[in-house]
Amino acid sequence: MKHIIAVLLENEPGALSRVVGLFSARGYNIESLTVAPTEDPSLSRMTIQTTGSDDVIEQITKHLNRLIEVVKVVNLTEGSYIERELMMVKVRAVGKEREEMKRMADIFRGRIIDVTEKSYTIELTGDQSKNDAFLQAIERGAILETVRTGSSGIGRGERILRV
Amino acid sequence: MELSKAEVISASTTALVQKNSTASALPELRGAEILIKSLQAEGVEFVWGYPGGAVLHIYDAFYKQNTIQHVLVRHEQGAVHAADGYARATGNVGVALVTSGPGATNAVTGIATAYMDSIPMVIITGQVPTHAIGLDAFQECDTVGITRPVVKHNFLVKDVADLAETMKKAFHIARSGRPGPVVVDIPKDVSFKKIPYAGYPSSVEMRSYNPVRKGHGGQIRKAMQLLLGAKRPYIYTGGGVLLSNASAELRVLVDMLGFPCTNTLMGLGAYPASDPKFLGMLGMHGTVEANNAMQHCDVLLAVGARFDDRVIGNPKHFAQNERKIIHIDIDPSSISKRVKVDIPIVGDVKDVLCEMIAMMKEGAQKPDSGALGAWWSTIEGWRASQCLQYDPGNGEVIKPQYVVETLWNMTKDADTYITSDVGQHQMWAAQYYRFDEPRRWINSGGLGTMGVGIPYAMGIKLAKPDSEVFCITGEGSVQMCIQELSTCLQYNTPIKIVSLNNRYLGMVRQWQELEYEGRYSHSYMDALPNFVKLAEAYGHVGMLIERPQDVEPALREARKLKDRTVFMDFRTDPTENVFPMVKAGMGITEMLLGSEDL
Repeated sequence: MKHIIAVLLENEPGALSRVVGLFSARGYNIESLTVAPTEDPSLSRMTIQTTGSDDVIEQITKHLNRLIEVVKVVNLTEGSYIERELMMVKVRAVGKEREEMKRMADIFRGRIIDVTEKSYTIELTGDQSKNDAFLQAIERGAILETVRTGSSGIGRGERILRV
Repeated sequence: MELSKAEVISASTTALVQKNSTASALPELRGAEILIKSLQAEGVEFVWGYPGGAVLHIYDAFYKQNTIQHVLVRHEQGAVHAADGYARATGNVGVALVTSGPGATNAVTGIATAYMDSIPMVIITGQVPTHAIGLDAFQECDTVGITRPVVKHNFLVKDVADLAETMKKAFHIARSGRPGPVVVDIPKDVSFKKIPYAGYPSSVEMRSYNPVRKGHGGQIRKAMQLLLGAKRPYIYTGGGVLLSNASAELRVLVDMLGFPCTNTLMGLGAYPASDPKFLGMLGMHGTVEANNAMQHCDVLLAVGARFDDRVIGNPKHFAQNERKIIHIDIDPSSISKRVKVDIPIVGDVKDVLCEMIAMMKEGAQKPDSGALGAWWSTIEGWRASQCLQYDPGNGEVIKPQYVVETLWNMTKDADTYITSDVGQHQMWAAQYYRFDEPRRWINSGGLGTMGVGIPYAMGIKLAKPDSEVFCITGEGSVQMCIQELSTCLQYNTPIKIVSLNNRYLGMVRQWQELEYEGRYSHSYMDALPNFVKLAEAYGHVGMLIERPQDVEPALREARKLKDRTVFMDFRTDPTENVFPMVKAGMGITEMLLGSEDL
């Protein structure tokens, strides 16, 4: 079962290592992890995408809370939430493929952000499954390079995570 | 990958109450002096340490003060263990001081030992100057990185202006909530730099760290109802009771309820072993009655214990019997970690037990005495097996259990501390020395660190000069920190070492017997030193005891030598094993009771 956990933590050197170290030391999965400071520069917000049974997720949440620098932990998957991931894909775009690639990018509401004679770089934003779908929709051999940020998540409606 | 940060914003994270004084009128102090002031403000009496390049400024500051006693050990591991032993026996924060690089790496085992048993400690490590960090400087290592998995928290102090506040936080974190070791890494230039010193912060607030103290009233009420309605109740207590200083409350509650009670290895002494309601230690080497009660109770009250793998045996076997579980723990991550809990109560054990006692006094409900009577007769049936009886032998060879029993009989009414190392002797000490008081049994339960015995004993003896401190050890463990015998001489900490020397790494040999068809791979301690001469070489008294009839006189003699460290080398039966025993993978009631069960 996929879970998205949002963490507010002190923006201090070493805080990220502590979180990552916790996951590796206790054998938890990290599917993806994103982190950056918030509007309050003393606070960072982290989104961790992980998988595990309910018991494991409970332990993960408790152990995250146990870290001294962690201020708040919320499992976004427990309610309704929005997740977004930015993906940039450099694809081969020559001959017939060139037009096809442009169309495919449009269908997925992607944007072409860089062009050469032989390639396009396409930017897509969406949840991970949409980005996965795009990669599956285009020909595998046409993909030259892929970079993904990993998911960031936020609660829907009035669900707010703040200090 | 590391979060870069333009500036450390401490003002927003910490509200500090400081003296109002103008910067110009403040005294200028070096980082090292500020460190001393911090330790003094925290009431530190002793620091165990070992000097080196990166901590020379700090050592110079120690030289200029006389309120804190510094103890020079012979190896950094001994420093951390000694401070740890002191913390376990007194409840104060133990402090150790080591240099950078190898000093810090030598301290890691001691830090991990304290971490696993939740012992409050502050370990100060020197670091190369800030401008040299990351450049593979002489005696540089990433101390914060290396210790991260085995500390409650750690700090690298990059600016002397943050030092006092960091020390305040370190002590606060170490001793509050679930205690643990905190490492403060101080680069050499930080300890040298002078700044106007505004005084030690009188309080600390951290928005990201606010441990719960008070248990949830509703949960406690539910727990009491469940307990009072139980037919086969059982109280299972661990090290958390000692850490919370809640032995008195535990005794009151157990006596009010009349329920059977067991302790983990770490919890021995929390409830008096001499009380008939005490069923002995439970777990891998626990008693038949303690383990059977654990398996067959219908309501289990777990207090400051964490269902360690050595306690519950095979989890599938443990889960075969239905029981309702109440779990009191300061650390939510210990709850429902290994077994499902029905009523979790997060809070300080002492607070929660006080609440429970108050509810008992107010409420009219009493335990079901009929059911309790039947439960007790079942327990007495298990007790009748007398599982700790051992073959006294033919009078030719010393039985290790006999040594511990004799020591207990001789010292049970004395003001005594018992430390142990790790192995068979540790289990025999836990089984045959019956502890009636908390913080008297000092051992490495969680990490199982061989070598802690002597440093633990010398750390305690320094703080408790009028108490008798015995270190029950084996010939394997004792050699792991034997250099500290030299420290015992220098600081006049006369400890009594009871070495149960069976010429084997006994616990390893026992497992090899049970699991590896007696292939004793590298468990024989060949070429042992002459421990008597070794003790004498260190300036102490050595004794060799080879016959059962000499055990008692030797112990008596050693106790008479009040101001000398005595090393007693007891030549014990090399074939003796620890029973009862739950083999790996077995359930806790599937015990081997003696060699006839093999």
